[in-house]
Amino acid sequence: MRRLTVPLILAAVLGLLVTLAQGGGLDLYTQSVLMFMGINVIMSASLNLINGHMGEFACGHAAFMAVGAYVSSLITVALFAQDTVFGAPLLPESLSVAFFPLALLAGAAVASLFGLLVAIPSFKTRGDYLAIVTIAANYIVKSAIENIDAIGGARGFMGMRRVTTAMESTAELPWMLIWCFVTAVFCVWVIRRYVTSTYGKGVMAICQDEVAAEIMSVNTNRIKLVTFMLSSGLAGLAGGLFAHVVGYVNPGSFTILKSTEAMVMVYMGGMGSISGSVISAVAFTLLLEALRPLQILKWVIIPLILILLMMFRPEGIMGNKELSDVFPRLKKYFKFK
Amino acid sequence: MRKHVILLAALALSALLAFGCGGGDGDEKVVKIGFNIPLTGDIPKVGESSKNAAEMLKKRINDAGGLRVGEEMLPLEFVYEDNESKAESAVSAALKLIEQDRVLGLIGPQSSKQAIPAGEVADANMTPMISPWSTNPTTTKNRPYVFRACFLDPFQGPVAAKFATEEFGADKAAVLYDIASDYPKGLAEFFTKAFEEIHGKGSVVASETFTTKDQDFSAQLTNIVNSDADVLFLPQYYSEVALIAKQAHDLGWDKPILGSDSWGSAELMNLCGDDCKGQFFTTHYAAAGATGKTKEFIEDYEAAYGETPDDVAALTWDAIHIMLDAVQRAGLNGELEQRREEVMTALGGMASFEGITGTMSFNEDGDPVKCAVVVKINDQGEFTFYKSVCP
Amino acid sequence: METILQNILNALQWGSFYSLIALGYCLVYGVLLLINFAHGDVFMVGAYIAFFVATFFLGHYAFALPFDLPGWAILALSVPLVMILTAAVGVTLERVAYRPLRRKGAHRLYVVITALMCGLILSNGNLALLGASRRNFPELIDKVIFDFGWIRFTNLKVIVILTAVLVFIGLRLIVTRTKIGMAMRAISWDKFAIPLMGIPVDTVIVFTFILGSSVAGLGGLLFAMSYPILDPYMGAMVGWKAFIAAVVGGIGSIRGAFAGGFLLGFVEIMVVAVFPSTFRDLISFTILLIIMTYKPTGLFGMARTTKI
Repeated sequence: MRRLTVPLILAAVLGLLVTLAQGGGLDLYTQSVLMFMGINVIMSASLNLINGHMGEFACGHAAFMAVGAYVSSLITVALFAQDTVFGAPLLPESLSVAFFPLALLAGAAVASLFGLLVAIPSFKTRGDYLAIVTIAANYIVKSAIENIDAIGGARGFMGMRRVTTAMESTAELPWMLIWCFVTAVFCVWVIRRYVTSTYGKGVMAICQDEVAAEIMSVNTNRIKLVTFMLSSGLAGLAGGLFAHVVGYVNPGSFTILKSTEAMVMVYMGGMGSISGSVISAVAFTLLLEALRPLQILKWVIIPLILILLMMFRPEGIMGNKELSDVFPRLKKYFKFK
Repeated sequence: MRKHVILLAALALSALLAFGCGGGDGDEKVVKIGFNIPLTGDIPKVGESSKNAAEMLKKRINDAGGLRVGEEMLPLEFVYEDNESKAESAVSAALKLIEQDRVLGLIGPQSSKQAIPAGEVADANMTPMISPWSTNPTTTKNRPYVFRACFLDPFQGPVAAKFATEEFGADKAAVLYDIASDYPKGLAEFFTKAFEEIHGKGSVVASETFTTKDQDFSAQLTNIVNSDADVLFLPQYYSEVALIAKQAHDLGWDKPILGSDSWGSAELMNLCGDDCKGQFFTTHYAAAGATGKTKEFIEDYEAAYGETPDDVAALTWDAIHIMLDAVQRAGLNGELEQRREEVMTALGGMASFEGITGTMSFNEDGDPVKCAVVVKINDQGEFTFYKSVCP
Repeated sequence: METILQNILNALQWGSFYSLIALGYCLVYGVLLLINFAHGDVFMVGAYIAFFVATFFLGHYAFALPFDLPGWAILALSVPLVMILTAAVGVTLERVAYRPLRRKGAHRLYVVITALMCGLILSNGNLALLGASRRNFPELIDKVIFDFGWIRFTNLKVIVILTAVLVFIGLRLIVTRTKIGMAMRAISWDKFAIPLMGIPVDTVIVFTFILGSSVAGLGGLLFAMSYPILDPYMGAMVGWKAFIAAVVGGIGSIRGAFAGGFLLGFVEIMVVAVFPSTFRDLISFTILLIIMTYKPTGLFGMARTTKI
């Protein structure tokens, strides 16, 4: 029974959210904030895998988000929406709910292939040298999308709203909210499983000392490859969700600034702490929305808050601890490590 | 341990802060309009101009007692949301204005990058929206609730191409634009298409690009100077225009530079100085030598903010007036949803509108059909009316 | 041929700016192993300080100077003033934001994030304070265009390139020939042993920030003269790219930063000259990626021995 507590709570939360959204208790704006929260959770948790657990310094995470966003929306729009590029929908609307997660996963798969762009140089390059490889990857992906006119180039690509309405006409539910929630939970679960697996031990070993890890017969190249691909694949999931929530993607949304936001969330939460990433993603999203009325000053206040946080807690909100380390009684219900 | 509890409590408090401030019920007797504008981000000046124009209009109407709707005089209430010049932020801002602030209608976003997704949101939630400045056709296409106050790229591009041919006798042209920005790219493409229709394929001899926020254009300009183009078409924002014009002259370009409506800012001459004098651009209105309502607007704006209004300010002014005009004709009856729908119907049924940027009529997509003005920058640095081109 | 010569000149000028900013990154990195992401915005602040200093001397404010200064005199006065004021900004950042974190022994990436936040505060604070209008930098020296028919350049271009070279030589001399330079190098080798040798670490760090920020200030002044449109976000893009240049050169090596800056300038300009310019970022960053694959520690970077 205890093992089931967390899944049950999560299911109850999802049920509550859906009922509230259906009954009008959650207006669309609050829903959109919740959805962005889910997307940010995925972004920060997946980047934490590289920057926190593996101790690298990747600052081009938005590139993989962009790949995932474009690939999954191209697929869903081709399948389920009337579009100028792809013509009539290929499949009936009723299948959209079943195919949407598949499209998301396809986007994630392609994004993880792009992860190779960073993973392969990482065999030889470390630290700050790897950092600029990731920045370069970000610029390359953005510039490549800008140059493909078939998918809109700088003008962006749209039509995803029709896919979401197709899902809603199949079954009258707030589908994007459900997908965001489910995917965010799925991501945290995958990362937790990965970190606690044998591979995860290898990741920690690389973080501590790469050479020693290699000597202790850890196949560092393979672990780096898998970790980078997993992380960028998850970012691709976030991208796919983002594209369908906003209903429009353009390369300008995936600049180095977007990557910086993900980085900020990781370090704010604490390196190597999954619960820290989740908490900081939630807090960061709320902060962004709550400070809206300040307009220009918002972007002075938010960095100030973060600097102060760093001053008083130089290791981020959670440090490298998990929620279950801080509140040991929680260990009865779930374990992170 | 206690530390963590405090931390969690702080987080919970910020959550409350975010959601505690829901809006009113929207049934009180005010005309509430939401603005979705870029006050920070890449183009903060655009947001500032829009806000200035809006504040000026609000002050003028509220000082006069309010807006006459039917029998009553209703005060105006404007809500400004910053969209940070980001697409996702524009969506959140639009949803916040629609759902929480419960505004009657939306003005903005200004650039197409945000106007396209925000338009989708407004249309899906049945709230009328007018984008003053977005020239991309997609913004209003198949969206009955979305309108705009400016002309479109497919109209402006050919106007510029024809003008270059007639005025400069050009049969070869060069184009320099920002590939990462929607507006310059679209306009450059329409110009190229129109110019090549007149002079045959390959008559645009140099088509060079750069990326937003670039400051050095020497390599592109070297290519352009060495191609034997007769005119340089430069559909860029004013800050880049100033840099490009100076660098072009340094590299030996002495032929004319032709611009687009994005040149039409008071800041252009501050920034560009002598290098822009004698050049031409197509735009919505000419500030110097304006008459009537336009003149009055320019003088008031100058008195209030100490600068000549740019095209964004003028178009925002017109967009608000179009919205208010529709509100007056629709009246405020029933619930908010009904009010919004009636405003949309009134907007859609508008045959023509006399604005400060010219007379416009609306087609079935919600796009205005209006004349473009070619402006010459004279030696005093004023934007003078040169000629008018109507569709 | 003519085009290539012209483009080499263009690349030299553009590369000079990357070099000047990359030198600042490199100095701070060399000593603290800190990527000072605020550096691009310090550069922006330098340009704004230059603007206010120059317009002050030109008498644009209420209290005009009793006499009119010629342009070159204003320039001569501005250079040291701008460098000092920008250095003050850099040192303030160090004292207020980085030093407390260092004292607490925070992971160095947290300091990097703090630097990033400082950069955001500088640019957005500028936007909030001075408004969204862009500033036009006045022309201080008369522009002279040397036109040889096949190649054209302005006197400013020559000044910029010469300054970059001189700054490089000067910094190199300071770092390799002076006592404090030796201390800087020593700190970068071993942070823990150096205080034991009686070297005042904090003084050396402050000196490093003075050097780096004043070079950024000088760069800002020259940048404002060459590209006379100032806006609050102008530093961000150049800053990121200069960081890339510094790393490609081999971060921590002054020679590397200088060479990396020019390399990036050349790659960017030459790609536009040869290929369609739409592919600029795509091709130039792919070239950098390839360089990094073959030279994992940059052009001049030393492979730091990893401890076992």
